[in-house]
Amino acid sequence: MSQAVVDRLNAQFGERVLETSDAFGDHEVRVALKDWAELAQFTKDDADLQMDHFIDLTAVDYPERESARFDLVLMTRSSVTGARIRLRTHVKDGEEPGTLSGIWSGANWAEREVWDMFGIRFNGHPDMRRILLYEEFVGHPLRKDYPIDKAQPLVPYRDVDTIDKLPPFGIEEGQPFARIDWESRLAGADSQVSPALGVQQGQRRTLSDSEAAQQIQARIEAQMAKRAEAAQASEETSEEGSEE
Amino acid sequence: MGQLKVIDGGGEVAVTTRLSDLLQWARKWSLFQYPFVTACCGMEFMATAAPRYDIARFGAEAPRFSPRQSDVLWVVGTISQRQGPAVRRIWEQMADPKWVIAFGTCASCGGFYDNYTTIPGVDKVIPVDVYIPGCPPRPEAVLDALMLLQDKIQANDRKPVVVPPRLVPERAPGRTGEGDS
Repeated sequence: MSQAVVDRLNAQFGERVLETSDAFGDHEVRVALKDWAELAQFTKDDADLQMDHFIDLTAVDYPERESARFDLVLMTRSSVTGARIRLRTHVKDGEEPGTLSGIWSGANWAEREVWDMFGIRFNGHPDMRRILLYEEFVGHPLRKDYPIDKAQPLVPYRDVDTIDKLPPFGIEEGQPFARIDWESRLAGADSQVSPALGVQQGQRRTLSDSEAAQQIQARIEAQMAKRAEAAQASEETSEEGSEE
Repeated sequence: MGQLKVIDGGGEVAVTTRLSDLLQWARKWSLFQYPFVTACCGMEFMATAAPRYDIARFGAEAPRFSPRQSDVLWVVGTISQRQGPAVRRIWEQMADPKWVIAFGTCASCGGFYDNYTTIPGVDKVIPVDVYIPGCPPRPEAVLDALMLLQDKIQANDRKPVVVPPRLVPERAPGRTGEGDS
């Protein structure tokens, strides 16, 4: 069904279609960034395609890729033919693709989300602000180099002593998966203290490192030793009995 | 109530107590609530507030949609960093004496949201009196929290508490054999 869209785009744009694929039946067309808005406009306006349903616009970060850091991915559908197509383009860090918000008004917020999460600005967008996060936020969290545990609180975390309340849970108390080492997160916000990686790198304790867990472990080991001793003693007595 | 003294005057009975005790008694039975509902825990909150669990037994059935008229702030659900200023401001607008209940795991400690966008427990922003664990907690746990809060109010105890788990008698440790499946 969507192969028709790919064929039509190939016929119309020829060399300017850089790459096509149909993995798992999802047809995809990759174009250069300069053709991005023009191609999108064509898919909407062309009488054969009529891609009038904007599904989503998002981005993918490939920090290790040297040619262009981001993939910009557009998914559209035609409510007339039922065809779906995915458009993709490569965007370098700092490049500004043309906005699609004039073509599909739904692209307005999606492009704001891409700006918010990946830091890709769109040329000609009417309202290029963050949409999910707050203006005070520094950086773009879905970039792979954003520290996974870097929080940027709007309200400074409470100074517990002055309010005469329990300090926040320590990491060894209660549900360990949910305990965030928020003190170190605030102190060295760039440090990696996510549960899995933090434990690996020795920056975060697990529940089994806690004093309570160690006490329990020691008690269990003492009991086991006592039991082993008792078993050995009973063996010895039975051996002595058989010797007699 | 704390110190009660019953004076029996032959057919007419008078009871005396301390004024502070009487005040706390009045407070604990007329908790006007401000529900700050942000997430799925809200469904359990609605269940608790609905007639089946009859929260009116505790004098806590009246929601007030202005923080200035309410006594208990229910923080029900995940609090994102962006909501921090809002919940802080609501808490500041409430008149003393005021109490805060963290409803569910997310409000208590952030739950499984260990990322840039979620406050790891609303107690980082406002002081919390009662924590209700659960994802989401059952209405019974919520009622337990309410009774716990009442006890704390009566005792004038501002130390935060976590609602303890209830043991189902037939599942209690040590019990084996018939009846268990």
